[in-house]
Amino acid sequence: MQITSPAFKQNAARALEDAGLQKALGTAKGAFLQRRAAAVANLPEFERLRDIARDIKNHTLANLDHYLETFAANVEKAGGQVHWCSTADEAREAVLAICRRANARTVTKGKSMISEELGINRHLERHGIQPVETDLGEYILQLRDEPPSHIIAPAFHLNREDWEADFRRMHTDLPKDRVFAERRDILAEARTRLRERFLAADVGITGANFLIAETGSSVIVTNEGNGDLTQTLPRIHIALASIEKVVPTLEDCTSLLRLLARSATGQDFSVYTTFSTGSRRPGDLDGPEEYHVVLVDNGRSNMIGTEFQEMLRCIRCAACMNHCPVYGAVGGHAYGWVYPGPMGSVLTPSLVGVEKTGNLPNASTFCGRCESVCPVKIPLPKMMRHWREREFERHLTPSAARWGLGAWAWFARRPGLYRFATRAAIGALGLLGRGKGAFRSLPLAGNWTKGRDLPVPEPGGTFMSRYAAAQRRGARR
Amino acid sequence: MSKEAILGAIRRGLKRGPLPADQRAMLDGRLASHPRHLIPARSRVSRPEQIALFIRNVEKEFGTVERVPDLAAVPAALADYLAAQNLPTAFPMAPHPELLGIPWDSRPLLQPEPRRAQGTDQVSLQHGFAGIAETGTLMLPSAPERPTTLNLLADTAVVLLRASRIHGAYEEAWDALRAEHRDARTGGPMPRNIMFVTGPSRSADIEQTLELGAHGPRRLHILLLDDDPAALPPGA
Repeated sequence: MQITSPAFKQNAARALEDAGLQKALGTAKGAFLQRRAAAVANLPEFERLRDIARDIKNHTLANLDHYLETFAANVEKAGGQVHWCSTADEAREAVLAICRRANARTVTKGKSMISEELGINRHLERHGIQPVETDLGEYILQLRDEPPSHIIAPAFHLNREDWEADFRRMHTDLPKDRVFAERRDILAEARTRLRERFLAADVGITGANFLIAETGSSVIVTNEGNGDLTQTLPRIHIALASIEKVVPTLEDCTSLLRLLARSATGQDFSVYTTFSTGSRRPGDLDGPEEYHVVLVDNGRSNMIGTEFQEMLRCIRCAACMNHCPVYGAVGGHAYGWVYPGPMGSVLTPSLVGVEKTGNLPNASTFCGRCESVCPVKIPLPKMMRHWREREFERHLTPSAARWGLGAWAWFARRPGLYRFATRAAIGALGLLGRGKGAFRSLPLAGNWTKGRDLPVPEPGGTFMSRYAAAQRRGARR
Repeated sequence: MSKEAILGAIRRGLKRGPLPADQRAMLDGRLASHPRHLIPARSRVSRPEQIALFIRNVEKEFGTVERVPDLAAVPAALADYLAAQNLPTAFPMAPHPELLGIPWDSRPLLQPEPRRAQGTDQVSLQHGFAGIAETGTLMLPSAPERPTTLNLLADTAVVLLRASRIHGAYEEAWDALRAEHRDARTGGPMPRNIMFVTGPSRSADIEQTLELGAHGPRRLHILLLDDDPAALPPGA
C-alpha cells in the first residue's frame, strides 16, 4: 500500500474540511464508546482480566520462538502446512504459489489487516486471479478502490448515501429504480451478490485473531459469518497471520477473547468465534481439503528486545482509535497507511520506518485515553514519546521545531531566568490582550493560532508565582 | 531459510539462543496442563440459574429458545416453528445418531435430509455439542455427523441442544471436549473446525448500525431438551 503518512498534516487538513467524512465521524462518534462502557460495566472482573491478558502476552513474547515452533509442528500434525515468511514479498509469493497450484480463478477473502499490510489483492490481480472481499465493509471499499479507514469497521468513513450510490454504480444488472428504504436492503443486496461468490471460489483467504500453539489452530472472530463461509466452502483455506498472534493454550486464548469483543464492539462475545485445525478429516462432509498458514514477520521480530516490544501484545480491538480525539477528528485515512489511530502511530514507524512516518507519533495530545482502554495495557503514549525521541536523535525533526525545542531547553535549565521570562511574556500578553478575551493570531505562532485561539492570560501572574503565593499564605495561617 | 531467519531474529531480540531443555520442558508442561485463568463470577451459579442465564443471553443476542421435554416432542415443536415462520418442511439435518433417532414419523410433513447444507437451503437442523451460559454461546465442533455448513448457509438455523450440555464458562466446555473427543489424526482434542455461535449473523458496517442477517443465518432457534433433572426450575 502507498504510504501517505509524510503528508499527514495536509491529509488531516483535508479531512477536517471533508463534509461527508465529518458527517460519518459524527454519526459513529459515541456508538463504540457507549457500547464498550456498557459491556465493561457488565463484567466486574474486566480490570483483573486486563492484567491477566497483559501477562499472557508478555509470557508468550518472552518465549515466542518456542511457541511458534510448537504451533507449526501441531499444524503439520493436523494435515496443514506452515509457510514462514520474513518479508511481505515472501508472503505474497507464498499466497500466489498456493493459488496457482490450485489453478484458482477467484479467491474469497475474510477481513484481514495483515492482507492489507501485504497488499495481497493487488498482487493476485496482477497475476490474473480475482480477489473478492466478503466482509460487508471491505466489499464496498473494493468497489470504491479505497483502503479501510478503521481496523474493525473498515467503512467507518462512509455514509448510507455512499453505499446506495456505489451499489447503483456497480450492480448495473439490477433495476435502476430499485429502492433502498432501509439499511437492511443494502445488506440484502450484498448478501445475494456475495453468496454466488462464496460458492464459486477456489481458495478462501482469512486472517487470524489468534494462533494456538497447543493445538495448531487459527482463530477468527466475525459477526457476519463471511469469514466462516470463506474458510469452509472453497477447496483450500489460507490463514494469513503475523508471528505475534500466537498464544500458548485454549485457556489463554479464552481469557483474551473475553476482552476482545467487549473492547472492540461492546459485545460480550462476537457472533462467530471459530477455531480451524488442519484440513478436512476422513468422513467429513464439508471443509477445505488443504489448510495453509502463512506466518508473516515483516519487521515484527525487530521490535523484540526494543522499547516497542510491548506493542506486539496488541489484539487489534480498535478501542484506542475509538477513544482517540485525533482519530475522531480526522478519521483513519489521514494516517496514510494500514493501521490508524494510536496503535498505528506506534506500529507504523516500527514496520515502515520513522523517516516517512514521524508525523504519526506527533499526532497525539498525550491525553492517555488509548492506554486507559487498551485491553492488554500497552503504554501507547510512552511509546509515541519514544518515537519522538528517536526522531529527534536522528535529526528528522524539522529545523524550526528543533530550534524551538533547543531555545526552550536552554531557558528551562535556568529556572530563575525561565520564571522571569515567562512572567514578562504573560504580563505583556495580558496588557496586549486586555479586554479581548482571546488572541486570534500571534506573531511567530501563526500555524498554532490558525486552528485555535489563545486565551488572554488572566491577571495574577504565572502558575509558579501564584503557587508560591498560595504556599506563603498557607504558611502564615 | 525464513523459518531460521525469523527464529534467529526473535532470539537476538531476546538476547539468548535456543531455550535450554529444562526451560522448554517447563513451557511444554504449561501447554500440557493448560492452566485456567480467572473465570467471571456471573456463571458460578446453581444449575437452574445457569440454564436461565444461557437462555437470557441467547435472547439478548437476538436468538430464540424453546424448551422441549424429550426427543419425542422435537418433531411437533419444529413443525410448529416452521409453520409459524412460513418456512419449508424439507431441510438438511446433521446425520447425528441422536437426530436420526428422533421419531420424525410423528409429523409426516417434515422431511429431514441427513446431509451437509447447500447454498439454497432455507432451514437447517444442527446438533449442539455444548452451550455456554456466560454469553449464551453454542459450541459446534465439526464431525462427519455435524457438518459445518449447517451452521452457516441456511437463512434459519435450528440447533438441538441438551440442557445437560450447558456449561457455565468456556473453560468447562473445553474440558468436556478434551474428555470426550480424540481426533484420529492428531490424537488431540480439536476436530477440523469448532464454531462458537452467539446469536444470528449481523453487521454494523453501514453507519455503525446493527442489522441482522449478514452472510450467515438471519434467525437462530435453539430447541433446548430438558434432560437435566437438576436443571429444571424449582416446582417444574
